[in-house]
This record gives sequence, structure tokens and C-alpha cells, in this order.
Amino acid sequence: MIKFENVGLRYGLGREVLSDLTFQVAPHSFQFLTGSSGAGKTSLLRLMLLSLRPTRGLVRVFDKEASTILPRQMPYIRRKIGVVFQDFRLLDHLTTFENVALPLQVRGQMETSYRHDVAELLKWVGLGERMHVLPPVLSGGEKQRAAIARALIDQPDVLLADEPTGNVDPPLARRLLRLFIELHRSGTSVVIATHDLSLMDQYDARRLVLNEGRLQIYD
Amino acid sequence: MTDQSPPQTVTEPVKKRTKKTNTRRKLRSGRNIVPAESIAGTALVFVIAIMAFLACLTLGAVSMINTTAGKWQSDISREVTIQIRPFDNVEMEQAIREASRIALSFEGVSKVTALNDVETARLLEPWLGSGLKLEELPVPRLMTVSIAADTRPDFAAMRARLEAEVPGASLDDHRAWVDRLTTMALTMVAVGSSIFLLVMAATVTTVVFATRGAMAGNREVVEVLHFVGADSRFISGQFQRHFLLLGLKGAASGGFFAIVLFLGLGFWSSRSLATPEGDQVAALFGTFSLELSGYAGILFVLVLVAVLTAATSRLTVHFQVNALHSYRRKSS
Repeated sequence: MIKFENVGLRYGLGREVLSDLTFQVAPHSFQFLTGSSGAGKTSLLRLMLLSLRPTRGLVRVFDKEASTILPRQMPYIRRKIGVVFQDFRLLDHLTTFENVALPLQVRGQMETSYRHDVAELLKWVGLGERMHVLPPVLSGGEKQRAAIARALIDQPDVLLADEPTGNVDPPLARRLLRLFIELHRSGTSVVIATHDLSLMDQYDARRLVLNEGRLQIYD
Repeated sequence: MTDQSPPQTVTEPVKKRTKKTNTRRKLRSGRNIVPAESIAGTALVFVIAIMAFLACLTLGAVSMINTTAGKWQSDISREVTIQIRPFDNVEMEQAIREASRIALSFEGVSKVTALNDVETARLLEPWLGSGLKLEELPVPRLMTVSIAADTRPDFAAMRARLEAEVPGASLDDHRAWVDRLTTMALTMVAVGSSIFLLVMAATVTTVVFATRGAMAGNREVVEVLHFVGADSRFISGQFQRHFLLLGLKGAASGGFFAIVLFLGLGFWSSRSLATPEGDQVAALFGTFSLELSGYAGILFVLVLVAVLTAATSRLTVHFQVNALHSYRRKSS
């Protein structure tokens, strides 16, 4: 699904922040991506999301070598990848409902066809009463849940989540983890970048550990 | 957070279809993904209005000059002149009759009028003074030949016969004047078209900069749309909608003021008839009124400006989003 071969990344003329990464995210797999702050978790997620090009090495996504993907093909690749950003990236002028419905809207679906599903998902992540408000009045945890709901709404083939439980309390973190596990069981590959050990201890899954730019894999 | 039990599968909240609830009405929203207030609309409408005004003014002026030049050409080409120079032993009156007969024998000639002695003397008065006695001077005589509308007699044959059969006769079909007027009209149309094209180019350039500005102001929106899988057509459509509206507003304002200006000038010129300044303007531009085709042209310009604005913004966004989609152009 996503395959890295000898991938290295450096910003500008600096030293390599990621070196010799060789791994793959298999279909229907679940993995935690962990490492200390500044280890390069977000950079690795950006490489997987194709929003960053590696300095060296080969990246394959859905059996396509990334550098051969044409600009017009990119949106269709992105539609298979759900992403939860650390900074949420919600649009402040759209309501929670509209933010979550955005992936369906850009696919050309009519509002009548997804209205109920979006409302149900929002209720389940605990935003049923907040679906008409704008993001600036949401708390950090609420924004995070809205961002997760947006990534899940169209059941992507791969979900990349950057610190998805960083701003929520432990009970909600457990609940969100259950949501990711359910998503995984329904066929989605899940990559959760986190440094929360207690979260990782709750579910026995593959761990990708970044340390000084190198990756160690614990299956 | 609401206290409810989690669904059995994640697909439950996503895919479950139940009967419509009263959320249907509440959740409807017509909010734009790209907020209208994020685009510098007022300034752009103002610039587009000025451009549309200038374009309409150019088109109207070219249309008026073209019509007036056409009338001049038509007037000149409906009349030719026969000149008979006096020769020894040639009876002038006899020569005039003979020339008149020859001219009338051609198809398309409706009337031949010879200037009599009084008219000829009046014609020469500015140069030779009053009290001129034509019989004392070898003054050529002029005859005007009127041509019926939509016909063109064979002037070459007429000239040949006149020169062969009437001593001292020559034919002037005003070709030199017609050619000059045609050249002038074409030059005016070319100048007007160039100005029109320049105005359109300036409009396009302005819209390109405005669109880039709007995209920069909505960078986060564009990035989020990009990450959730929007293609360039969807994203450019979001911007195009705003710019079409701005283009229509600007074009309508500019066109409105151009039409008001033409109507005002038309009113002024109709009130200024038979005054020195009115006659001067009328000599240059005819009556300062646009024909129906002129107003149709202005409407066309308005639609063109609006469509051009929308299409330019669409293309600009399309290229920028394509660059965003391009993996090869991403920095590492």
C-alpha cells in the first residue's frame, strides 16, 4: 500500500533528518509510529502523504512509484488517504458539519446523500451538539475530534493520524483508539503517530520507532 | 461529550441509512468554501468597471467613426464630376450637352447637372472675387453626375468615351478621396481595436494578480481542499464563482456609465445642432448617437469582460493547483 525503500530526507543543506527508511504499510494493517519529539514523525507522515518529496530513495503508494504520479492523478490518490493533522486544519469559516462533510463535497456528492451520515458520525465522536458552531469556538479536543471525523467520513484505504489523541482526556482517547481499531477491522490501514505510551499499551500493534532519523520496527 | 455507546463497527455511523430526521432543515447551508470576504472584491470591481467603461467607450467611438466614415464614403461615391476645359473652336454649351448625353447613356447614372454661369462664378468667388465674367476667362465648366444607390457605372468606359468624344472633357470619380477615407476609417478601427485589446489584456492581468492574491489569502483553504482530494476543477470552480460575480458587477457598472455617457452626448449633440461647436463635432463624428448595433456591442463587451474575468481566475487557480498537485515540484 505504502512502501519506502532507502528513503532519506534532509531540509535544505542540513543533515539528514530521516535516513535509510525501508518499510511498508501493508493493506489492513495497524501500526503506531513513535519516537521522541523532533524525531521526524510528522516529516515521515508527510512523506507518506506525498506532500513532501524525499531527498533520496523510492516511495511507492498504491503500487505506483510516487514520482510517476501525474498532477491530475494526485487527487484520486489523496482520496484514498485520510489524514488527521496535528494542527487540525479545520476551516474557520465553515461549521463543524461542513468541515467534516468537505471530503464528500469535493467528490461531488449531494448534501442530501450524506447529511445523515455526517450527523451520525459527529454525534458518535461527541460533537452532536456542536455541529453548527464554527471551529474558533471549539475546544482543542473538540477540534481534534472534528478533524478525525473529517478523515474518517469517507472510509479511506489508509489513515494517517498525527498525534490524534494529543488534546483529549484519557477516556476519549480510549474511545478514539477504539474508533481507529474499528476502522482497521473494516479494512483500513492505520498509521498513528504518537508519543503517548499509555495509548500504545492499550492495543497490541506493530510499532515503528524513529530514533535519530532511523527507523526500528517492532512487529 | 455525549454519553452514548459506541457503534459496533466504524461503518455504522458512516454508512448507516435511516429515515430522514429533522436535522435535514437545520444542516442545510449555502456557505461558500472560499469566503467572499477573503477576496479583495471592491477594489477589483472598481478596476473591472473602469476597464469595461474604457472598452465600451472605445467600441462606441469606433462604431460611430466607422458609421460616419461609411456615410462620407457613400455620399462621395454617389457623385462624380465631369470637367470640361475650354478649347478654341469648341462650343461649350454644345460640349456640355454632349457630355451629359454620354453620361446618361450609362446604366446607374440618375442625373447630370451642369453648373451654370452664376453657380460657377459663385464657386470661384473666393479666389477671383465678385463680378466675374466667365466669357472673359477660359474657366473650365463642371458637371455633377449623380449615381443611383447600389449601382456602380463603368467609370473607365465613361471616362474613355468622354475623352474621345468631347474635347477637353475629363472625369473625376473622387477615387482619391474615397481611398483616403477608407484608409482613415480602417486606421481608426485598427487603433480602436488595439486599444480594446490593450484594455482586455490589462483586465486579464489585473484578474490574474487578484486571483493570485485571493489564493494567497486562502492558502489554508486551498491546502485543505488539496488534502481532502479536491481536484483542480473543483478548487478553481470555487474561485471562479466569486470572480464571475465580481466581473458581472464591474462590467455592469462600467457599461452603465458608458451607456449614460453616450446617451448624454447624443442628447447634447441633438441640442447643439446649428451651433458652431455642434457643427464641428457633427462634421467629425456625425450625430453623437450610437446605433442599435453599438448598444449590442456594449452588451457584448460586458458579457465578454465578465466571462474573461471568470475564465482568467479559473485558469490561474487551475495552474496553481496543478503545481500544488505536482509531486515532482515538491521541495524536500
